[in-house]
Amino acid sequence: MGLQRPRDRVCIRPLDVLDNFGPKGRSLTDIADRLDSESLDHVVIRFAGDSGDGMQLTGDRFTSASAMFGNDLATLPEFPAEIRAPQGTLAGVSAFQVHISENPVHTPGDIADVLVAMNPAALKSQLTRVRTAGTIILNTDAFDERNLEKCGYEVDPRTDGTLDGFTVHEVAMTTMTVGATEDLDVKKRDAERSKNFFALGLVSWMYTRPVKPTLDWIKEKFGKNEAVVAANTAAFHAGHAYGETAEIFGHRYQVSASPKESGTYTNITGNVATAWGMIAAGQLAKLPVFLGSYPITPASDILHELAKHKNFGVRTFQAEDEIAGCGAALGAAFGGHLAFTTTSGPGVALKGETIGLAMSMELPMVIIDVQRGGPSTGLPTKTEASDLMMAMYGRHGESPMPVVAASTPANCFDMAIEAVRLALKYRTPVMYLTDGYLANGAEPWKLPDVSTLPDISVSFTTEKNGVDDDGNAVFHPYARDPETLARPWAIPGAPGLEHRLGGLEKANITGNVEYDPANHALMTDLRQAKIDGIKNDIPEIEVDGTGSGDILLLGWGSTLGSITAATNQLRKQGKNVDRAHLHHIHPFPANLGDVLNSYDKILVPEMNKGQLVKLVRAEFLVDARPLSKVSGLPFTAEEIASSAIELLEANAEGAK
Amino acid sequence: MTDVFLDPTKRGHWTTDQDVRWCPGCGDYGILAAMQFLHTELAADPATEIKKEDTVFVSGIGCAARFPYYMDTYGMHTIHGRSPAIATGLAVARPDLNIWVVGGDGDMLSIGGNHLIHALRRNVNMTVLLFNNQIYGLTKGQYSPTSEVGKKTKSTPMGSIDPPFNPISLAVGARANFVARTHDLDRKHMINVFRQAQAHNGSSLVEIYQNCNVFNDGVYDGIVKRANRDEMMINLVDGKPIRFGAENDKGVVIENGSAKVVNIADVGEDALHVHDQANPDPSVSFALSQLANDVNSATPFGVFRSVEHAEYASAVSDQLVEANNQMGPGDLDALLKSGATWEVD
Ligand code: SF4
Repeated sequence: MGLQRPRDRVCIRPLDVLDNFGPKGRSLTDIADRLDSESLDHVVIRFAGDSGDGMQLTGDRFTSASAMFGNDLATLPEFPAEIRAPQGTLAGVSAFQVHISENPVHTPGDIADVLVAMNPAALKSQLTRVRTAGTIILNTDAFDERNLEKCGYEVDPRTDGTLDGFTVHEVAMTTMTVGATEDLDVKKRDAERSKNFFALGLVSWMYTRPVKPTLDWIKEKFGKNEAVVAANTAAFHAGHAYGETAEIFGHRYQVSASPKESGTYTNITGNVATAWGMIAAGQLAKLPVFLGSYPITPASDILHELAKHKNFGVRTFQAEDEIAGCGAALGAAFGGHLAFTTTSGPGVALKGETIGLAMSMELPMVIIDVQRGGPSTGLPTKTEASDLMMAMYGRHGESPMPVVAASTPANCFDMAIEAVRLALKYRTPVMYLTDGYLANGAEPWKLPDVSTLPDISVSFTTEKNGVDDDGNAVFHPYARDPETLARPWAIPGAPGLEHRLGGLEKANITGNVEYDPANHALMTDLRQAKIDGIKNDIPEIEVDGTGSGDILLLGWGSTLGSITAATNQLRKQGKNVDRAHLHHIHPFPANLGDVLNSYDKILVPEMNKGQLVKLVRAEFLVDARPLSKVSGLPFTAEEIASSAIELLEANAEGAK
Repeated sequence: MTDVFLDPTKRGHWTTDQDVRWCPGCGDYGILAAMQFLHTELAADPATEIKKEDTVFVSGIGCAARFPYYMDTYGMHTIHGRSPAIATGLAVARPDLNIWVVGGDGDMLSIGGNHLIHALRRNVNMTVLLFNNQIYGLTKGQYSPTSEVGKKTKSTPMGSIDPPFNPISLAVGARANFVARTHDLDRKHMINVFRQAQAHNGSSLVEIYQNCNVFNDGVYDGIVKRANRDEMMINLVDGKPIRFGAENDKGVVIENGSAKVVNIADVGEDALHVHDQANPDPSVSFALSQLANDVNSATPFGVFRSVEHAEYASAVSDQLVEANNQMGPGDLDALLKSGATWEVD
């Protein structure tokens, strides 16, 4: 994924970089403070290079420095689909976009203000993502004939007018990086690999990012290999100094800190937030966490993150396949653990039969689907939200299952806990949807006070709960709680409660195998009623707006940022727009029908061909209209705003 | 709890109130009885003191997979082929339990082959009972992955063309540390093998030659019928030379890595292979398993191998303890603050 891998580097003798690096005697931050900077309220920067160039790392560092500086931000990492695409080709381009602002940020930015392109392939593939008159910073060392040819440039784009209208800065990043590390005992080839830190230094200077966090981070990350620390530090300083001294950068840009609610913040990606939510849920439920999983992009990082925290009593089981991951989780649930399985679309397809068994056994577990482009292998590294129908209906038989979805990277934490709450309380598998965009995207997160997180614990049944025909006390595994319709959860080890669960239809109350059709109809209804009842146990949907707008933008999942930004744009244009976002999709919040019925126009932007819109049309008979996008990228605010205007104007003309 | 075990000679304490629904005469009945007797014995034995509430039977789909309904323990009747995976999750979560996995040759070797080999290689504490009747019973008579080549069934009217698995060889190849074979006509032998399998710390596989009297009746008669046993059953006894035959005149030698049946008169007694079930070298177990690849050859019964090896679930638990020692007990607040944080006033 284009990360620098410290272990690949050749180990050389330790040395003290700072002594070997000029300009001597001056602190870089001092210099920076003396220079004028132009104030911007936001900027969108796109780092792009070959997947071996370390662009994700560069973007990540820039993001962290910005977050600590106090900007609000959103990120969009884009990985190549192939792990080892040929170097220098279009297929091998890895990009990272970050949107920083002194105002609240909702999206990673529709279009970049600045593109850093480390090679011709990066320039060629990313040029359409830069705004008119935007800034392009090129690593000229990579613009040789071979590289131009590899990505299909017949003529050097720097000379044929391709870049007319852009502000182009041509920087010999590789040469300067090698120069900066000359005094170090680093081989040239290894020194070249630090060029991403040169780029980071340069962009950090341009946007007045604090320097120290990055220097500290380099030390911490590569500390075991002092040569690498030295080379990366030198490259970073060189880039920073280049920005300061080279004439081409007349001024710097300042993006001020975003005013925020007071508290402690951290920068978090969706996958880490999900993993931490799972750990938190275990603590809040007072149950040991069990994850059965099989590696799959873009969900694997949840497994990786959880595996680091075994000191919370977390058991992670990397199974032989997706089916076994889900099966093992179900086995653990039977044993009284808080069970999860994590995957992406293709894995959900494989887990379907086991999820059906979990529904029949009425055992709690959470299935986490980090959605990606489909069908089949589809676009593993691109985002899409096209598994909603599968989450709702992708099983045989009548098998209603709660579905919840996260809306922002930090929200993944809350929704993981919510999914667990529902699973435990109602003894049901719950489908929890995120997507590739949330998984890898980051945002500043105001940390919750852990003492205020909800208690979601439930108790195991330890006593017999019924009598048989002869009047003996017995355990009835399918005698339900009258309020929630949840069945008792008795786990092995409880004497006298021995019982057998299975996928065959069970008699109501006793749970014995039962083929009677009337009983099957009753059990089908009971399973449905149990899930339907959840709508009274979840928050009502809130409308952002007057409640009487000319149009409602209804969203779910990771479209929240784009829809919010679009809503703000439309309001600035004087449109009367309301907005609402679903976090619970099955069942829907109890008031959703009333909300939808109070609008003439409803637009439902989705990263699929219109799945939620079908559900709301079917359930509420409202004329909701789809806005779909399946190009592997999140919506831009502009796309949503223009579609909303179209729908509003259609209304004005009386046409539908 | 003592009242439950007042009369340990009766298997009744481990039976449920559910009617057993196998075909009359099915070999499964004998296996069920052996299991109930064994558990009555294990419950009464102060060395094991197995309790019903700590015992779980997990099965997939098929005739054999109905087994959990008839054992008065915890049970999961799951989905086709997946029982080893589901049981693995249970075993990892609950290393304190006595876990049995029950399935037929279709369940375990066809749809569930992948899960079986991985459960065996991991050495998770569970005992897998493979009811091998060389046929699909529940779906009414199609050939299975252990059926002989040329088997005529509803799905193979001209005879099957794919060669069968030898389940013992497969298990050895999958690095199973406990592998044994028994048959449904000899309750004592079954109980003896099951007891050793249960005592083994890790995954155990027991292949049971089981007669499906409806769709594949008498498939093992040539071996396990009383009149044929002496000549056709090779009894593996730990620490003893392997010999068999009505006159006890035959034996097994291992030559160039292969096992061979010989007349003792030809090779001399000292040449016989001395069975060592604790021998970690799987090639010897494999060689023995290859003595019989069909139902017409003299076939070894008993424990092929019983090798001590690190058990998976306890290794998982050990890592939790180690993580706790290294990092201290999990602290949620500290976790949330483990990345770079900053304050906003
Ligand atoms: S079909 Fe065969 S294996 Fe199944 S219950 Fe009947 S006799 Fe037993």
